Amino acid sequence: MGDVADAAGAAIPHPDSEEDDLYHPHSWLTKYVFSQDAKVIGVQYSLTAISIGMVALVLSWLMRLQLGFPGTFDFIDPPAYYQFITMHGMIMVVYLLTALFLGGFGNYLIPLMLGARDMVFPYVNMLSYWIYLLAVLVLVASFFAPGGPTGAGWTLYPPQAVLSGTPGQEWGIVLMLVSLALFIIGFTMGGLNYVVTVLQARTRGMTLMRMPLTIWGIFTATVMALLAFPALLVGAVMMLLDRLLGTSFFMPSLVEMGQQLRYGGGSPILFQHLFWFFGHPEVYIVALPAFGIVSDLIATHARRNIFGYRMMVWAIVAIGALSFVVWAHHMYVSGMHPYFGFFFATTTLIIAIPTALKLYNWLLTLWRGDIHLTVPMLFALGFIVTFVNGGLTGLFLGNVVVDVPLSDTMFVVAHFHMVMGVAPVMVIFGGLYHWYPKVTGRLLNETLGRIHFWVTFLGAYLIFFPMHYLGLLGVPRRYHDLGQTAFVPDSAHTLNAFISVVALTVGVAQLIFLFNLFWSLRHGRNAGGNPWNATTLEWQTPETPPGHGNWGAAQPVVYRWAYDYSVPGAERDFIPQNDPTAVGMTR
Amino acid sequence: MTVALILVLVAIGSVVFHWLSPWWWTPIASNWHYIDQTLIITFWITGAAFVAVVGFMAWCVFRYRHRPGQTAHYEPENKKLELWLTVATALGVAAMLAPGLFVWSQFVTVPHDATEVEIVGQQWRWSYRLPGKDGRLGTSDVRLISGTNPLGLNPDDPAGQDDVVIDAEDLHLPIDRPVKVLLRSIDVLHDFYVPEFRSKMDMIPGSVTYFWFTPTRTGSFEALCAELCGIGHPMMRGRVVVQTEADYQAWLSGQRTFAQMAAQLAAR
Ligand code: HEM
Ligand SMILES: [Cu+2]
Ligand SMILES: [Cu+2]
Repeated sequence: MGDVADAAGAAIPHPDSEEDDLYHPHSWLTKYVFSQDAKVIGVQYSLTAISIGMVALVLSWLMRLQLGFPGTFDFIDPPAYYQFITMHGMIMVVYLLTALFLGGFGNYLIPLMLGARDMVFPYVNMLSYWIYLLAVLVLVASFFAPGGPTGAGWTLYPPQAVLSGTPGQEWGIVLMLVSLALFIIGFTMGGLNYVVTVLQARTRGMTLMRMPLTIWGIFTATVMALLAFPALLVGAVMMLLDRLLGTSFFMPSLVEMGQQLRYGGGSPILFQHLFWFFGHPEVYIVALPAFGIVSDLIATHARRNIFGYRMMVWAIVAIGALSFVVWAHHMYVSGMHPYFGFFFATTTLIIAIPTALKLYNWLLTLWRGDIHLTVPMLFALGFIVTFVNGGLTGLFLGNVVVDVPLSDTMFVVAHFHMVMGVAPVMVIFGGLYHWYPKVTGRLLNETLGRIHFWVTFLGAYLIFFPMHYLGLLGVPRRYHDLGQTAFVPDSAHTLNAFISVVALTVGVAQLIFLFNLFWSLRHGRNAGGNPWNATTLEWQTPETPPGHGNWGAAQPVVYRWAYDYSVPGAERDFIPQNDPTAVGMTR
Repeated sequence: MTVALILVLVAIGSVVFHWLSPWWWTPIASNWHYIDQTLIITFWITGAAFVAVVGFMAWCVFRYRHRPGQTAHYEPENKKLELWLTVATALGVAAMLAPGLFVWSQFVTVPHDATEVEIVGQQWRWSYRLPGKDGRLGTSDVRLISGTNPLGLNPDDPAGQDDVVIDAEDLHLPIDRPVKVLLRSIDVLHDFYVPEFRSKMDMIPGSVTYFWFTPTRTGSFEALCAELCGIGHPMMRGRVVVQTEADYQAWLSGQRTFAQMAAQLAAR
């Protein structure tokens, strides 16, 4: 896409430089299936992620049935329950959220929001999707393998993960590790692409500090993922070797069911460090795109500039960097050296400060705004409530000594569902309602959207808020059946049944959403090119849905930041980024 | 309007739930009151923050909702406000972290007079070992485990001969005496968890981990496993009986030492 850098080192092509030609598909197959167009790839990623996410959702119903009504469903025996937990957790975190935010939203939005014609490496981008699909298929295959999928918990801690007391020891764990390795390979291809595209392919005038926060979030998360996933890859490969070749990276000498095994000298806790060196950044790999997207949803639907844009950018970068030095807060009671606790508690609470700043800026964007309570805005509000709630309980768990009684209880389950389950999902829904009209040309049905929002938001809150108190009481997580436990009153079982009923209701509400997705494809209201009167470039394309190459004859030129809403003296309450009018932030 | 109202109800509802909840921590039976206190401080600070945030948001939604004639205010940034908020947040965070780190330093500093007690986890049961008259636990090794030596004690270590081995029975502890719990696993990760004691720690095969506490209340307390260890994880239960010194000594005198146990097994 033109020459690379001018003398001053700016990575933006010179205005006179010529455009490279794009790859053009010649057949239906290369246009819609083996497509190299980032928009199609983004849709493919999204549909695959949503499909596998449905599997994880159904698994959560089964787990809730067991927890709410223990003993009623014979087929949910302990092995099955642990397999459900493991697959549910892993699918939700990696194959749904990561794939949807980066592969789905990332692919669709990065070129469009930056005014590029496509990703820089379209072919690699296509491969990225197909490898992701393969990873998903391998994962699904483990459901049908002898012995079923692994039941080691999504953390896959050895030695348990490779021993026979855990279901899926034969094939499940092997397929899980292979699938993760494939996912990482696929992601790395896509991720390099996103990074290079953001750095090299922005259109004229799109300086870094004019990029929408969505792009900042996705970009930073991608850089983090490129740094964090290798730790998981290494861990997965070493565990595979332990399982298949009998090496002992993570296996000390041990006795299983009275039998001396031939392992010796390995370190189980080393795996935990590798896992969380990936796992904690992973939380923010999911959170930062959500932060970015929600910022844009709030600004657009409150018709107000995002408050403190520069602070928001720096907060994203600071959180990204800090999140690499907090991983062992997942290991306070793991038996690692206790002095680590001082360090990791301090870093963990420090990260709360930039996170809180982002929150303030969202609120201050609402403040003195012109708030349109559209469905995307409702989901953004739902995000703020659940994110604040989950963020605040993080201060309990991060503060090492408070974590000691709470770790491995339902308090933890409630906390992470609130902060990295429900909150990002709120943003995903908000984003889908927001961008669906760009992808399809039609709006999603608003009434169905509102029903979907209220049931999901209030339901999720009712599921996970009371759950903290079960944890405080001492109910451990990953219990197939609480059985008779002296300190657990009967009322706790009633609460569990209540939570399960709400969980099923929330589950059904998702079917409304799926119906809406398909129904609106034909029957939705016609959206036009820019239904929300938004400023960012993806809404300024000549065609909707945008055609191949996005911009018709000429790429747009950017004159301002992404948040010129309600500028005094402007004729409308928004000024698109490619509008050369002299008012607003054109610096 | 409705939206703002529901948001307010969410905030108020959460607080009301907190006060009315019948689900609350188990009555404490150890010296770790400080942990409970830090937890309460954290509840106050975070609770106030939650209500403030959701309340402010609800007010914004109500006050600045779209109506004819409503226009948003254009103000890209406000350095003073942002600085002020940063400082306030940092103070709140410090107010939670400081007591937390202070209590953690106590948590990791074992008193010198603590008695050592060993807890061994395996799929899916607990065993215990108490030092004998010499006050020391003998060495052990997983590779020594066999039918006659279930905990893998070193038969050549004189310090281990008088160790009291408790298998398939409850652990007893005397009240008001600090114990340093040494944790050992012979197969996978486990975690010895008695909610009333507030303290816990994972056990890792291949190393010995520890925590300490002082039982402050007599009674019988249920122990669970808090680290996923395979399909039997929820069934891995145990019991700790905290007794007065006299009762404890009476119980202890009825227990077998490692040497006695080995002799009995050899005689068979
Ligand atoms: C309404 C939706 C959901 C319900 C009802 C639900 C329910 C559950 C349940 C019952 C467990 C097992 C708890 C235990 O016994 O330890 C669980 C675990 C988990 N869930 Fe969800 N979940 C939902 C959505 C999500 C989402 C969106 C995520 C994405 C981050 C997620 C991530 C996880 C993870 C990581 C685990 C831990 C698995 C493990 O312990 O290995 N869940 N969930
Ligand atoms: Cu973390
Ligand atoms: Cu266990």
